Amino acid sequence: MHRVFNDLGLAVLVVVAMAVAPSIYSNQLLLFNFVMFLSLAQGLNVIYGFTGYLPFGYVGFFGAGAYGFALAVMHLGFGPPGAMAVGAAAAVVLALILTPLFRLSGAYFAIANLAAAQAVYEVVANPALEDVTKGPYGVSLSGVFAPNASYAAAVAILAFTLLLVVWLRNSQFGLSLRAIKEDPISAAMAGVSVVRGRTIAWLLSALIAGLVGGSFAWEVSVFYPETAFSPQFSIFAVVFALFGGTATLTGPLLGVFILYGVYNWIGISVPQYFQLIYGTLIVALVLFLPNGLVSLLTRRGIRVP
Amino acid sequence: MSPDAKLLHVEKLEKRFGGFRALDGVSFDLLPGEVLGLVGPNGSGKTTCINVISGLYGGDGGQVVFEGARIDGTAMHKLARLGINRTFQSPKPFLSLTVRENVEISARYGHAGGAAIDLDGLLASLELDAHAHRAAEDLNSAQQKTLDLARALATAPRLLLVDELAAGLNPAELDRMAIRLRTLADRGMAMLVVEHLMGFIDKVTDRVVVLNAGREIFGGTLAQATQDPDVIRVFLGGSHGG
Ligand SMILES: Nc1ncnc2c1ncn2[C@@H]1O[C@H](COP(=O)(O)OP(=O)(O)OP(=O)(O)O)[C@@H](O)[C@H]1O
Ligand SMILES: [Mg+2]
Repeated sequence: MHRVFNDLGLAVLVVVAMAVAPSIYSNQLLLFNFVMFLSLAQGLNVIYGFTGYLPFGYVGFFGAGAYGFALAVMHLGFGPPGAMAVGAAAAVVLALILTPLFRLSGAYFAIANLAAAQAVYEVVANPALEDVTKGPYGVSLSGVFAPNASYAAAVAILAFTLLLVVWLRNSQFGLSLRAIKEDPISAAMAGVSVVRGRTIAWLLSALIAGLVGGSFAWEVSVFYPETAFSPQFSIFAVVFALFGGTATLTGPLLGVFILYGVYNWIGISVPQYFQLIYGTLIVALVLFLPNGLVSLLTRRGIRVP
Repeated sequence: MSPDAKLLHVEKLEKRFGGFRALDGVSFDLLPGEVLGLVGPNGSGKTTCINVISGLYGGDGGQVVFEGARIDGTAMHKLARLGINRTFQSPKPFLSLTVRENVEISARYGHAGGAAIDLDGLLASLELDAHAHRAAEDLNSAQQKTLDLARALATAPRLLLVDELAAGLNPAELDRMAIRLRTLADRGMAMLVVEHLMGFIDKVTDRVVVLNAGREIFGGTLAQATQDPDVIRVFLGGSHGG
């Protein structure tokens, strides 16, 4: 039982810290980015850490969430909460459409998912759809701009995401996902529906990215397709989660705090060395700690939250 | 025997890999509590037979009837819940999970109905209790096979398919394993036991089917099988197909 409380304690700590951070540190947009990547890295953790499928096109769900939000505001006159729900729904529907990708394994899944995200981007950015999506010219949602509220929404999404990961780590369902990841044949013979388990993890992962995308649209309120579908979101989510170590709560959190922290710090202080330092850090990690920072502890049999 | 008394009815089962017939019309029946040995040379189709019955492979012909209903084409996890379970020739436990978690999963998701299983008692009866909280990857291969058995038993199956469980056990462990399987059968669990160790087959099974090149060449008791000229030729003659 105390395992759950360790996990919950960490989740609460992070959420409270990010909730009070704006009253201590004034750069709210930077804090928003931290909150956003904390959620995205954990959302990626839900699918990769618990099923082993690496979605290189994770940004597709984020972009679907951002554009779902924007379209609901522009065309349906929805307020931000309703628009956020539309964004989340758009991401989940996209995930449902992409479920056949699970027939592919390993790199093929990752590449197909990347292509799918690119396809959604192409549709959204298509000038012929200017009346609907504003095409390549981008959307402006200045009517709903409210940075304090959108920051609060992002923190709420982070709380939801962390609770979800705590649940996955401590529930029978989460255990069944780990079993599927280890050995899908044995899992099936143990009575676990492999398709159902993977699909649920996939939809939850997409839901998180969709919600985060919605909060991003609300926060920045003016954006272009190439912003909302920037591959950088996928890359960062993947790198942060892997750097810290997946299938844990701590790993992706550490990955974001350290790597995104370093990213902002060296990007400002020594921009000329930025890519060198950043690249070296990541290469070193992949070479020496392929299972992420937390594996320093977990491989000694220590359970981290 | 009345047709309804049969637990499992396998009829003219076929399985092809490309042009190769791994199963070429295999038929047999099992009654509740009956233990059937499936023996034959390497590559004769024993594992394939278990793979098709347990839903891992789809068959290419024939049928599998369990408790009066056709089950060929049914998904593995549904077969588990119907009361069919198995072990694997090379053990396939969930390596990073603890021994206890391995059986918790199947008890939770694959239970075939009836009374809940006492998992600690199950692990103790299979001599795995001392390892309950260790990761399955820390077990040796024989223990991992036993864990596969524990995971199967945690679903309370009515039909258990056992693929070379005895390999890697020492003689004392072999005896205890034979007694365990016999006890389960005496309580009503039907079994299909694939094994190369004839001493083990002799202790555990009621009768045997001998496969060669995907066909049954013999059905009857093990004692009769050892007198059968076809069986002798296949086992000793290094004949075709094997
Ligand atoms: N997935 C597969 N793809 C192609 N051929 C296969 C496959 N599985 C089994 N075979 C072939 O089918 C034949 C029967 O294999 P099977 O594993 O059923 O034999 P077996 O009787 O269990 O042998 P052993 O005693 O060595 O375990 C072999 O020739 C094998 O190479
Ligand atoms: Mg075999």
